Amino acid sequence: MEISEHKEAPSVIDRYYTRWYRTDLKGNACEDHCVLQHSNRICVITLAETHPILQDGRSIKSINYQISAGCSRLKNKVSGKSKRGGQFLTEYAPLCRIMCTDGVEYTIFSCIRGRLVEVNEDILKRPDLLLQKPSTEGYIAVILPKFEESKTVTEGLLSRAQYEEVVSKRANQQPEPC
Amino acid sequence: MLPLKEKDRPIIQKLLDAGCCGRCILRFCCIGTQSAYRLSNEDLWKDLHAFVSNTEVASQTPSDDPPSKRIKLDSDGKADGGETEGVPMVTAEPTADGTESSVCVVCLGVLQDFCNPSFTKKISEVVKSEEYQFESLVLSVSLPAQLLVREHSCWLHIKKEVREKSMCLDKEDVIQVKEAFKWTVQSMLSETLGVPAVMKSPFEVAVGFIHPDTDADCHFLAEACSDCFHTSKNKERSVFTRMAVVKALEKITDKKFLNEYPSPPAGVKTACVAQETTCLHLSTYVAGRYNKFSRTLPQTPWVIDGERRMESSVEELIAAPLLTAFKCESFNFSSSGREDVDVRTLGNGRPFAMELLNPHRLKFNKMEVRQLQEEINQSSDKIRIRDLQLVTREAMGHMKEGEEDKTKSYSALIWSQKAITEEDIEFIGNIKDLEIAQKTPLRVLHRRPLAVRQRVIHTMSTSHLNPHHFTLQLRTQAGTYIKEFVHGDFGRTKPNLGELMKTEVDILELDVESVDVDWPPAIPE
Repeated sequence: MEISEHKEAPSVIDRYYTRWYRTDLKGNACEDHCVLQHSNRICVITLAETHPILQDGRSIKSINYQISAGCSRLKNKVSGKSKRGGQFLTEYAPLCRIMCTDGVEYTIFSCIRGRLVEVNEDILKRPDLLLQKPSTEGYIAVILPKFEESKTVTEGLLSRAQYEEVVSKRANQQPEPC
Repeated sequence: MLPLKEKDRPIIQKLLDAGCCGRCILRFCCIGTQSAYRLSNEDLWKDLHAFVSNTEVASQTPSDDPPSKRIKLDSDGKADGGETEGVPMVTAEPTADGTESSVCVVCLGVLQDFCNPSFTKKISEVVKSEEYQFESLVLSVSLPAQLLVREHSCWLHIKKEVREKSMCLDKEDVIQVKEAFKWTVQSMLSETLGVPAVMKSPFEVAVGFIHPDTDADCHFLAEACSDCFHTSKNKERSVFTRMAVVKALEKITDKKFLNEYPSPPAGVKTACVAQETTCLHLSTYVAGRYNKFSRTLPQTPWVIDGERRMESSVEELIAAPLLTAFKCESFNFSSSGREDVDVRTLGNGRPFAMELLNPHRLKFNKMEVRQLQEEINQSSDKIRIRDLQLVTREAMGHMKEGEEDKTKSYSALIWSQKAITEEDIEFIGNIKDLEIAQKTPLRVLHRRPLAVRQRVIHTMSTSHLNPHHFTLQLRTQAGTYIKEFVHGDFGRTKPNLGELMKTEVDILELDVESVDVDWPPAIPE
């Protein structure tokens, strides 16, 4: 292989994952989520780069996977190849709540149907990961859709192109979004 | 002379009246002398009749039978079995030429029409036509399940007489149909084909019989012993497997059985039909090492949603010439670990073994094996094999042994986001026995359990190529996921190369340089 000195190469995400988006989640302006779907159907849920949490100067006070009195995503345990015992999530299942230092709380949602495989516990100790590397080390959770739904789980989501369109429209409509 | 005793006489008479063939009579007399079963039908029949005729003179009471059991059952319903005798359903009188006239009610002709040189010849012709290499054989026989019901019915019919012969004789002492069949046909077949018949021969010749007319014989058992029969998922298959019928017959009481089924069994018009003879040779095994020079060749066929991705595969390239040479139908490939489709395997290669199923040809000398290896190597430039050899199934275990504690060496082309100098990456070479924790990589998480695995990177070295690229050589514990160690897999491998270099890195190419498993033994070129 010719090894050029080019600076950028297609990243791991570009090579193996398809990016899907859900914008303005639950009607909340700019609360955009990103779903990275691997060719093997595994999905990684992350914040989209337009999410309010990632906008200039914000910082995180706390991240909480305890989404209700009875349910903590930290208690999720899977076993075996089929990931038995993982919590089953629907599109609008909350994954965690993130409190910013300015007192605003955001809920991050599953976006797709599937079994919860793991949540990212590293961001509990290092919330800065979420801000600095939102689409890699700062991921929120890993979800495994049902085998028979692996093609259909992303049906209601936006493609990268559609997402970019939404974002640029937003910029035109309101000079200062979010 | 048949090895019959005085006390066999009443048994023989009853069985003759019931419509049993000569060999079934020997079976129920518990005769274990194989040569007796090898007599021709005519001779056996003559001998039995001669024996019984003498008896008739001696015992004087052949027609002095007590009332039939079934009649008694019908009349008072509390027969205690054993002390009465069934109504002969078919009277097997010798025909004019001295042979039995009708199909045996117990073996349905298996021991009558098929225990002869002409059927043996048919089997041997099938075997010869398949051109197998074999040094011994074993004959296997598959019989319709209803034969078990008929056997049981006949046993109940003469149980009393057999017990009188010897108290310690039981149903298990009756020679099985299979056994009697083998004593005759297997020995003839062994003689015809010129190889010994041995119990554990790797070469199996299978014959089967069916008798659709009497398949319904078993049906009453489904109600009588419903717990023995489970509807199978495969609807094509009958629930009346031999195993299930054996179980049901062990459970059912004599009284219940006799209420539901005639004893002795009813006569039939036609004999069993023989199914196609099939041959099966035990698998044979070969092993070697392979190199993979292509980044678009998977190790095994890559199928997603039933659709094939990428042409060919390592295993298919190796298997094709082997299948032809060993004249076998299919194979199972296994190897010491595996590499991704885009990873090359260089150096001495990766140990592999292949099970060749139902091989027709087995004997290859070293020269021929070498030629086979050459043929495989000529067939494609994407792979190359060495150390090809015939191995035993047991030896294959060495390949999987220590799959975890062996080491593997790799060479990877790394991209770095930050511009780097030779000095910037020098520190990597000083890292020794680096312990890393790897969560199951996302790329295999869909088919492997989620776990954190501790692995060791024993040594690393680098060669600088340009400000954004360098080559990384690694020697690691087997089972380390190299790609994930480099890019970090969303931070799920810790530490990872990017973390060590404090920049974003990616792996562009990966080669396996060596797989340190010393099996199979090297074969000098």
